[in-house]
Amino acid sequence: MITLKAITKYFNRGSINEVLSLDNINLDVEPGDFVAIIGSNGAGKSTLLNCVAGSHLLDSGKILLNHTEITVWPEHKRAKFMGRVFQDPLLGTCSTLSIEQNLALAKKRGQPRGLGIGVKNRDRDLFREKLKVLGLGLENRLQDKVGLLSGGQRQALTMIMATMIHPEVLLLDEHTAALDPKTAHQIIDLTNKIIHELKLTTLMVTHNMKQALEFGNRLIMLNMGRIIMDVRGQEKKNLTVQDLLAGFYKVQGEAFSSDKMLLVNP
Amino acid sequence: MTWYAFLGALEQGFVYGIMVLGVYLTFRVLDFPDLTVDGSLPLGASVSAVALTHGINPFVSLLFALGSGFLAGVVTALLNTKLKIIHLLASILTMIALYSINIRIMGGPNISLLGTENVLSPLQALGIPGYIASPFIFGILALFATALLIWFLHTELGQALMATGCNPQMITSLGVNTHHIIILGVGISNALVAFSGALIAQNQGASDVNMGVGTIIAGLASVIVGETVFGKSTIARACVAALIGSIIYRIAIALALGIHWGRISFTPSDLNLITALLVIAALVTPKVKERIRRK
Ligand SMILES: Nc1ncnc2c1ncn2[C@@H]1O[C@H](COP(=O)(O)OP(=O)(O)O)[C@@H](O)[C@H]1O
Ligand SMILES: [Mg+2]
Repeated sequence: MITLKAITKYFNRGSINEVLSLDNINLDVEPGDFVAIIGSNGAGKSTLLNCVAGSHLLDSGKILLNHTEITVWPEHKRAKFMGRVFQDPLLGTCSTLSIEQNLALAKKRGQPRGLGIGVKNRDRDLFREKLKVLGLGLENRLQDKVGLLSGGQRQALTMIMATMIHPEVLLLDEHTAALDPKTAHQIIDLTNKIIHELKLTTLMVTHNMKQALEFGNRLIMLNMGRIIMDVRGQEKKNLTVQDLLAGFYKVQGEAFSSDKMLLVNP
Repeated sequence: MTWYAFLGALEQGFVYGIMVLGVYLTFRVLDFPDLTVDGSLPLGASVSAVALTHGINPFVSLLFALGSGFLAGVVTALLNTKLKIIHLLASILTMIALYSINIRIMGGPNISLLGTENVLSPLQALGIPGYIASPFIFGILALFATALLIWFLHTELGQALMATGCNPQMITSLGVNTHHIIILGVGISNALVAFSGALIAQNQGASDVNMGVGTIIAGLASVIVGETVFGKSTIARACVAALIGSIIYRIAIALALGIHWGRISFTPSDLNLITALLVIAALVTPKVKERIRRK
C-alpha cells in the first residue's frame, strides 16, 4: 500500500540548527494494516506522517503508494488518496463555515471543484446519516458554524470528513491528545469503529502506550528518526507496557550515557 | 443634509461599494491584505477611459476594466505564491508598478472624458437628470455585483476559497491547491476594484493616475463599518454589509465635509487622515475591549 524506501528528512539543513528528523526509514505498510506509532517527543512521528502526506518533501528516499512513486507529488495532489486528522482540533475543520459546508468540502476531496452549488440538497441526508453515528446530535445542527463546537465534537467531525471519501491511507497524528480523557476515549472508539468498518489502511501516531497496545495490528516505535521496534500480529497482541518501556529505556539509556560521555570528554 | 447631497452620497456609496466588495474578498475572506487596489482602481479607470476615447461602448469598456483588474490581481498573487514574497509587499510592488503602467495606458497622468458617452448616457437620453440616473444605474450594478459575489461564495469553488482563507492546511488536505485559489481570489477582487474605478471615471468625467490613493483604507473602513452595523453571520449578510458599509461611509464623509467650526472645516484632502484614524480605532477597539474584560 504505502512503501517508504530509505527516507531521510532534515530540518534547517546546513545551519547550526540542523535536525535529522527521519534517518533512513524503511517501512512497508500492507493494505488493511492499522499501524500504531509511538515514540518520545521529537522522535519524528509527526514528521513521518507529514512526509507521507506531502506537507514536507524528503531530502532523500522514495515514497510509493500502490507501487506508484509519489515522492515529489505536492500535498494537495496526494490528498486524493489520504484522509488526515491532526492533533489540533482546529486544524481539521473550518470554523467560519457551517457543519454541512465543511462536510461538503470533504465530499469533494481530490475532485475538481467548479461552479456547482457547494452544499447540495441531496447530500444532506448522507451528512445526517454520518453524523448520527456520532451520537452527538450534530445531525440536527447542519447549519451551525463549526466554531461553535467543542474540541471533541470538531475532532469527531474531522474523522467523518477524513473518511467521507474512502482514503487509501488514513493518517492520524495524536488526534486525541488535545482532548479530555472521556472525549479522547469516545474519539478513539469512533476511530477504531470507522477503521474496521471501512477496512482502512491507517497510520496512527499516539502518545498513549495503552492505546498503541489496544488498537491496531501493528506497532512501530520511533526514536531519533529511526524505527527501533516493529511488531505485528500475535506478537503485538502479546506485547505489554513493560515491553514497550523496556524498548524505550534501552535507547533512552544509550542516549543518556552518550550524553554523559560527551560531558566527560569535552 | 440636503436630498441632493444624500443622492450624491448614495451614488458614491454604490459606485465605491463594488470596490469594497473586492476589499472584503481579499481582506476578510482570503485573509490576504491586498494593497494592489490603490493601483487597480485607477487601472480600471484608465483602461475604460482610453476605450471610451476610442469610441468603444461604455459597457464594453467595463469588461476591459474587469479583465485588466483581474490581471493586476493575478500578478500580485503570483508574486506571493510562486515567488514567496509576503502578501503586503507583493501587493505594494504591483501597486507601484501600476502607477507607471497607468500613465503609459493613458499616455499621460489623466484623461478627460467630457463629451464622451458613458453608462449613464442611455438614461440621460431619456431626459432623466444625472442626480437620479447615477444612483439608479450604479445601484443596479452594485446590487448585481453583490448578488454575483454571494452566489460565487456558495459554489464549490467559492467554498474552497473561503476555506483557503480560514484554514489553508485543512483545504490542502482536501485536495485543493491553495495557490490556484489565491490567484483566482485576488484576481476577482481586483477585477471588482477596477470595475469600480471605471465607473468612477465615467461618473466624474475623468480618469486620473492619483485617484486610487487611499482606496484600501476607504475599503477597509467601509467593510468594518458595514460589519459593525449590519453583522456578518452569513456570507450573504457579510457581502450586503460591505455594500451598506460603503454607503454609510460615503454619507459620513459628506456629513463631515459639511461641518464648520467658525472658519475651520474639513477639506476633501483631510479624508485620508480621518479614514485612517477611523480604521485604527476600529482595529484597536476589540483589543482594548479584550484587555478591559480580562482585568
Ligand atoms: N518545521 C520544523 N522545523 C524545524 N524543525 C522541526 C520541524 N518539525 C519538526 N522539527 C524537528 O524534528 C524533530 C522531530 O519532530 P516531530 O516529528 O514533530 O516529533 P514528534 O512528532 O515525534 O514529537 C524534532 O527535533 C523537531 O524539533
Ligand atoms: Mg508530533
